Amino acid sequence: MNNKNQIIINGNKLSFERGETILNVARRNNIEIPTLCELKGASPTGACRICVVEVKGAKALITACSTSAENGMDVMTESPDVISSRKETLNLLLASGNHNCAISGVKDWTQFQLNVCKDEGNNEELCPSWGECKLQDLCFRYQAIGGQYEQKRTKYPAELANPFIIRDFSRCILCGRCVQACNEIQVNEAINFGYRGADTKIVAAGDRPLKDSDCVFCGECIQVCPVGALVEKDARYTARSWKTEKVKTTCTYCGVGCQIFLHIRNNKIIKVTGDAESPPNYGSLCVKGRFGFDFVNSSERLTSPLIRKDGELKEATWSEALNFTAKNFAKIKDNYGGDSIGVLTSARITNEENYIANKFTRAVLNTNNIDHCARL
Amino acid sequence: MTNTIADIEKADVILVTGSNTTENHPVISSFIKRAVKFKNKKLIVIDPRKIKLVEFADIWIRPALGADVAWINGLMHVIIKEDLYDKRFVEERTVGFEQLKEITAKFTPEYAEKITEIPADKIIEAARLYAGAKAGSILYCMGITQHITGTDNVKSLANLAMLCGNLGIEGGGVNPLRGQNNVQGACDMGGLPDVYSGYQKVILPEMRQKMETAWKVPILPDKPGLKATEMIPNAHTGELKALYVIGENPLVSDPDLNHAKKCMEHLDFLVVQDIFLTETAKLADVVLPSKCFAEKDGTFSNTERRIQRVRKAVEAPGHARDDWKIISEIALRMGYSMHYEDSEKIMEEIAFVTPSYGGITYQKLEKEGGIYWPCPNTEHPGTPILHVGTFPIGKGVFNAIDYIEPAEKTDEEYPMYLTTGRIIYHYHTGTMTMKSEGLNERAPECFVEITNNDAEKYKLIEGGKVNVTSRRGEIDAVVKISDKAVSGTVFIPFHFANAAANMLTNAALDPISKIPEFKVCAVKLSLVEAN
Ligand code: SF4
Ligand code: SF4
Ligand code: SF4
Ligand code: FES
Repeated sequence: MNNKNQIIINGNKLSFERGETILNVARRNNIEIPTLCELKGASPTGACRICVVEVKGAKALITACSTSAENGMDVMTESPDVISSRKETLNLLLASGNHNCAISGVKDWTQFQLNVCKDEGNNEELCPSWGECKLQDLCFRYQAIGGQYEQKRTKYPAELANPFIIRDFSRCILCGRCVQACNEIQVNEAINFGYRGADTKIVAAGDRPLKDSDCVFCGECIQVCPVGALVEKDARYTARSWKTEKVKTTCTYCGVGCQIFLHIRNNKIIKVTGDAESPPNYGSLCVKGRFGFDFVNSSERLTSPLIRKDGELKEATWSEALNFTAKNFAKIKDNYGGDSIGVLTSARITNEENYIANKFTRAVLNTNNIDHCARL
Repeated sequence: MTNTIADIEKADVILVTGSNTTENHPVISSFIKRAVKFKNKKLIVIDPRKIKLVEFADIWIRPALGADVAWINGLMHVIIKEDLYDKRFVEERTVGFEQLKEITAKFTPEYAEKITEIPADKIIEAARLYAGAKAGSILYCMGITQHITGTDNVKSLANLAMLCGNLGIEGGGVNPLRGQNNVQGACDMGGLPDVYSGYQKVILPEMRQKMETAWKVPILPDKPGLKATEMIPNAHTGELKALYVIGENPLVSDPDLNHAKKCMEHLDFLVVQDIFLTETAKLADVVLPSKCFAEKDGTFSNTERRIQRVRKAVEAPGHARDDWKIISEIALRMGYSMHYEDSEKIMEEIAFVTPSYGGITYQKLEKEGGIYWPCPNTEHPGTPILHVGTFPIGKGVFNAIDYIEPAEKTDEEYPMYLTTGRIIYHYHTGTMTMKSEGLNERAPECFVEITNNDAEKYKLIEGGKVNVTSRRGEIDAVVKISDKAVSGTVFIPFHFANAAANMLTNAALDPISKIPEFKVCAVKLSLVEAN
């Protein structure tokens, strides 16, 4: 190991590779530095300044996410200066918009939690991301309760005019993660920063609604938004994280096989997110995978076997349907041989089920007439 | 795929053909776009439509429909003539180079231009770019396979990759993108007429014997069975009496639907097992309700051969059952016991009889998240890249392939070409995506994508209706003028049952794969007057 590439973080001597950021060195060594705007896989922007750290001898605090480690640096990640800077940043962020998640104005934390428990999060006034918000978590951690600065109100109304995504500009902290995700991860190039100064807003080209832009509703931006500024329309208030269960599985649509979490409440899928840690998709999804799950709970699902009687399909019991099916297959096999029966298995059922279909066709029907519609 | 999805970003040159990746495999398209924008990789797009990826491409080549073998041979002609091929790879790892050289000799850029309508200098440019790459990745999809020459097209792409030594290396490969989530798995598991799971051939006596022992049956049939596209017409002739359709909807996905429906009506007995009462289920004698992916345990194998878990998250509605349980119950009633406790036990049997899945267990999947087959034993790490160092058959074989015209050409009566495909908001025959209001709102109905010039020619206006007629049928759909289209060709997505593009398409089949020629047929257009 090259001894030259060494820095000190909180008193620990750590080696690093040329070009590695202070943040990455810290993370590799399980030293946690809070971040808001930093996004894995995208270039650092240094926009939020939450990740500031103190470097001995440096005049000002520096951002760990966008500064490369240099030999001999002596870094402190939670010094008093760092903590007060973060607290200040958080207070400014709280004042920058509508962060009514019960922190602002409430003077003590116990009261704050009691307020929320009282209505179980059913209050629609409460930010939809309550309990899943990075800003809220950090405010909690650094005991920032806002109220020091004048509360700003955004002049941009929320955008609801598409089936999938709600853009609530009043909660946007302009961290730019959505812009990074859209341009550098998905490369859909639909959104960017628009206007200037106090008017800054995340916009699609020409400040058009998403539905009239290049947006393809992959929802990557929702997944990376640290606050409640971007949320799934359907899951807005139902998906309170502490009331849902997450099950990891594989997307049922195309052959990419994205790894997803189904968020379940009362035996119903209420939203889908990508698993950021897992190949092949590392969190990315497309519109079908993220928003195309309504069919599962559709009232048109088949719920009972059907048998044709007098030209019409009528409900039947399983044993009727299975007996009828087996009897007819057996009869046709006896009369005309197994090769008079064909099986179309499916690219949509599991490996195990395809194997069983293959075994049934060959061992029971005694034919090799099995195929699926992959060619189609 | 011979290589992984993540591997795409490691290629120096990416060649995408017959795949509208941003619509059909959106997440894979991000890998391509990132490679181009942020990693300085080169992109060649070869597609008759001006698809979204073209915006990112260094070279876009627009071949005439059905002319794929000609441009691939053209590229190889240039690569051989200019001595750009990987001599060491060709010598050490392949056979048949002389035959390839012979057949490609006549495919000079000028000759290829005549067939493909691609300017000769573009062919040279693309050949030099692809051959110059240290690692070149080829990605393709249905635009390559859905032709009467589909098998030829695929073999030609393999020729091209071998010629440049692009197999068995990081960032290389010939990578088919599978359209449906578990096509790979359906093939791996013996959902094919000529092989058992793991591509073990039914014609080989030792394979039959092995399965006879494992399955405890006296004798298994030795003759390869019918392909899907043969079953339907065989129903018409009466050779096929019964059909058991599991989770498929051939009455929207089949070519020449009018004919397919007639064939199905000829069957003595039709069983359909599905989650919805599909167009096909409506014709059935028995309909069996099954569970969907969110309601069951199991595994899928994705397009890069990665075996991944499917986990039960919700209870199924009503009396719906697991597909495997339904099949086992029928087997039992036919006198054959197929009892398993759960899907994990089935995987144990799969691993036992399938060499490439030999090391797969649920425990290992849990630990590793996903495993690339072949994975012959539980200690094996899996195989992200195929053909490193050697091919399963020893040497790679170059197939000398000549160009064949598409089955149907345009003429005076049917002057326009039609090509079909998918759009991002819908999936296959739409039985699942069309249950989502949001997706329907984004893509509510069938449309015909056409250039401005062609639209003017037929007096069509954006948003108005057009009638599209082929020799087999006709549909009405909404006009969509688009710069993705090219003149002389219209594109129709095939998802919509009420204006099914496959009323029009040609059932002419590739002689080997039996894949229909969805991508080319001749049509005529006429304005539908608003009333
Ligand atoms: S949904 Fe996707 S395409 Fe649309 S703005 Fe968000 S990241 Fe971009
Ligand atoms: S919408 Fe969310 S991710 Fe985008 S800038 Fe605002 S807070 Fe950040
Ligand atoms: S999320 Fe989209 S890209 Fe991923 S597997 Fe599902 S359909 Fe394919
Ligand atoms: S995380 Fe470093 S500046 Fe935002």
